[in-house]
Amino acid sequence: MTEVKSPEVAAPPEAVPDELTPGHSRWLGLRPYAPLAALVVAAILPYSTLNLPGVFEGPLNSPGTLQLLAICLVFGGLAAGYDLLFGRTGMLSFGHALYFAAGVYGTDILITRFGLPLWQAALFTVVGGAILAALLGAVALRTVGIAFAMVTLAFAQVGAILVARDFGGLTGGEEGLPLDVSGLPSALVGVANTVNLYWLALAYLTLVVFVVHRVSGSPTGRVLAGLRDDERRIGVLGLDPYRFKLVAFALAGGLATAGGVVYCLIVGGASPHVTSSELTLSLLVMVVLGGPGTRWGPVLGGILYMYLDHRLTAFGTSDAVNSLPAFLSHPLSQPLFVLGTVFILAVYFFPGGLASLRSRLTPVLAALRRR
Amino acid sequence: MSTVILLALTGLGLAALYFLVASGLSLVFGLADVLNFAHGLFLGVGAYATWWAAGNLPGAGPGGFGFVVAVAFGVLAGALVAVLVELVLIRPLYSRTIEQVLVTVGLSLAGVALLQATWGADPRPFPRPAWTREVTSILGANVPNAGLLLIIAAVLVLGGLLAFLRFTRYGLIIRAGVENREMVTALGIDVRKAFTLVFAIGGAAAALAGALGGVYFGTVSPGQGGSLLIFAFIVVVIGGMGSVVGSAYAAVAVGLLQQFVNYYGTSGLGDLCVVGLLAVVLLLRPQGLAGKVAHA
Repeated sequence: MTEVKSPEVAAPPEAVPDELTPGHSRWLGLRPYAPLAALVVAAILPYSTLNLPGVFEGPLNSPGTLQLLAICLVFGGLAAGYDLLFGRTGMLSFGHALYFAAGVYGTDILITRFGLPLWQAALFTVVGGAILAALLGAVALRTVGIAFAMVTLAFAQVGAILVARDFGGLTGGEEGLPLDVSGLPSALVGVANTVNLYWLALAYLTLVVFVVHRVSGSPTGRVLAGLRDDERRIGVLGLDPYRFKLVAFALAGGLATAGGVVYCLIVGGASPHVTSSELTLSLLVMVVLGGPGTRWGPVLGGILYMYLDHRLTAFGTSDAVNSLPAFLSHPLSQPLFVLGTVFILAVYFFPGGLASLRSRLTPVLAALRRR
Repeated sequence: MSTVILLALTGLGLAALYFLVASGLSLVFGLADVLNFAHGLFLGVGAYATWWAAGNLPGAGPGGFGFVVAVAFGVLAGALVAVLVELVLIRPLYSRTIEQVLVTVGLSLAGVALLQATWGADPRPFPRPAWTREVTSILGANVPNAGLLLIIAAVLVLGGLLAFLRFTRYGLIIRAGVENREMVTALGIDVRKAFTLVFAIGGAAAALAGALGGVYFGTVSPGQGGSLLIFAFIVVVIGGMGSVVGSAYAAVAVGLLQQFVNYYGTSGLGDLCVVGLLAVVLLLRPQGLAGKVAHA
């Protein structure tokens, strides 16, 4: 008979408050299908004639807009592939542009100089790119951390030199190499068929997201995450870090090469700037802006970065910027200045990138709602 | 024979340029573990500040003593920017290596774009004293004076740096910090002051490289630092991170190799050989010629 009821303890509430109930709306049940819905929307986008003034120059189904979107999608895929190294395995590679460039130039050279049909050129290029990544990775992975970053940077520099110096007259040097379209399937040639290239880019992005998702969910992916968090521990557990890192490196290299193949078709040729170390740096910026180690962060980061990179040029020459005083308008007309500054701010204030935005905003929104 | 001497001396000139960039990088990396991508920016700042001073600063000019003033102004500007970068951007991220690298990456993108926005993307003719355009005859080889100037400057900087590291208290702290930073901190010494100092030294050396590189190439452009920086990275890795002497040896090896192979082989082959040298060194001696092992 010790039924002591202290008045201080409040009785449990009749019902759990709304914001604490998990799955209180039908929305959460549908969430796994959200990517699918996004994919469907992206796939039927070219049928829309919607005009978004200020966002795109023409209507959504105009070739210019579709090409820009396709480039954005390819870079979304590239960033997701790079995240397999940086965000999921913790390898800071500064040479990822090399494998992308291998894809671009490999396809271009095999088609234009050797007259191979597209499917053979693409197949050889992707396999070759993956082998190249495996070979170079085997050397570079003998170092760790910052030294690894420098070695990959140096390897990528070799690629840049090879392309720029034009050994054997294959790459066209500084001029770049326009793609010879006479042997290509007609569905991929011409301005009117840009929409097919857009779908190709979308397919590439889907493939990369799928592969990265499957890999990171597999036992191998868990080892990779372990390498990122504590490499020594993985070694103590009897697993060989070198081998797992090499697998991730070769896989990411192969994915980047495939992206290069698609990019080559979209822009219709190769230019030396795809070999530059700045491309790798911008991949890094995309991943960090989007949120390393998350499924959608790098994709969003890549798409957004490429979009801004293209559109900020137009923004920089617009009247609104030109009417500003010179010390403001000149820097603002440089897309890289804006992106670099945003990137530095993101490193300081948004370490999780775009993907962490929701978890950061949730308490703010909850506080606002309570008032 | 004269060709060999000419190649050797121009190679050494190139090596001097690499050393000026790499010495600062190496010290910064050895002490603070920061892979400084913004180092190319310091070089660009030095070059543009010298260029600006030669045209606008009273007392400075393209020739004679005025040129010395202009270069001094450029070096000072480089050091100042480096100190600002360290204090404002790097220091808050102390011991978070990856974030520091990311910030310097962002800074290199934004900084070069800023230089480009202010002075345009095209190369500008660099003001240089008339005597740097002439050649000196050494053992029958006509060596450009600008290359000799670079070699002399690099030797002076090397001597000065070694003397500073050897005979001053801060040099001692820096050397100890490169070897074992935790221990130095545990002894109650504020290593962060040494970080700032090392950044200032590195920035000044890079700015000097920018100014004298401008004299050597005859032009100055915003992207100049970036291409030099990659070879400077290679020099740092080959030489061993944190070792000034190692950087000097590696710079000489890289500069000579590049110059000779580019002359006797096809143009561009020398650059490839340098990367090959890097791979060989890493496979045989991962810690570099004279340095501590680079930890993650």
